[in-house]
Amino acid sequence: MKITVNGTVQDTAAPSLDALLIELGYGAAKVATAVNESFVPAAMRPEQRLNDGDRIEIVAPRQGG
Amino acid sequence: MTATGSKSSHHGKGADMPVFYETEITSRLMLGTAQYPSPAILADAFKRSGAGIATVSVRREAGGERAGQAFWDMIRDLDVRVLPNTAGCHSVREAVTTAQMARELFDTRWIKLEVIGHADTLQPDPFGLVEAARILTEDGFQVFPYCTEDLVLCERLVEAGCQVLMPWGAPIGTGLGLNNIYGLRSLRAHFPDLPLVIDAGLGLPSQAAHAMELGYDAVLLNTAVAKAGDPASMADGFARALEAGRLAYEADPMEPRDMAAPSTPVLGRAFT
Repeated sequence: MKITVNGTVQDTAAPSLDALLIELGYGAAKVATAVNESFVPAAMRPEQRLNDGDRIEIVAPRQGG
Repeated sequence: MTATGSKSSHHGKGADMPVFYETEITSRLMLGTAQYPSPAILADAFKRSGAGIATVSVRREAGGERAGQAFWDMIRDLDVRVLPNTAGCHSVREAVTTAQMARELFDTRWIKLEVIGHADTLQPDPFGLVEAARILTEDGFQVFPYCTEDLVLCERLVEAGCQVLMPWGAPIGTGLGLNNIYGLRSLRAHFPDLPLVIDAGLGLPSQAAHAMELGYDAVLLNTAVAKAGDPASMADGFARALEAGRLAYEADPMEPRDMAAPSTPVLGRAFT
């Protein structure tokens, strides 16, 4: 299926958000996630199923003003 | 709530510091963490100035990048409170989701809420700001709204649950200082006990001192320090200006007048 990760369209077979993060090499990185503009807490990632067309945001701490 | 407008203390800091939600702050200087020439200079700016609160953000990260962890490790070494922001969000939905992601990443209920309404001036969308503030407050956040000095907007934000307000001095990154002295003075008078922070637009320590003389509780800076030739010295300069301005506010300044009045006694003058 095709999904959009941080603005880039890509193919994945990952069934869950948790599996997607592993597939993309995030491992234990300090990141937070949203699917289709809704926040998905870390503990909920294994249950978060992915569907064709989903828009995923994966963010981390950064400098800010 | 602490009477932040009180004039009872004797120094610019220490005796009567503002309380942001349940936390008494340690410095009237809040510093951003962006745009510094290096992490070492950023750390030096915090160290020299004694700033106790650092604003931070969240941004997209690629798999294997690990930049977020490195930045987070550096911020933790500063030993300051972090205030995550929702910078760049142009809708309520974006701001709320960004705040929720930031809460998980930084493990804090504090959020500097930005809902930007105009791309050129980066001025807040007041309507979206109030709605997002209400949603986040109901979700357990302690909201620090980046707002304008509009009294009605500020009343709505307080009704939405905000216990700190952060009106702009001028548009973000301009360094123009306090653009609406009358409006800021009115806001201070309207909310005598509410912590008020000048957020954005300051370029020089004299402007920060002026904010203190108006009775504001703190200032939040980034560009003025980070883009100075010597950021750590500029941060230190701001910290000293804040202390001077606060001391002046507490000292009850004289009233300006139009007519000259001799300070040297007239009685006993020669040649009379």
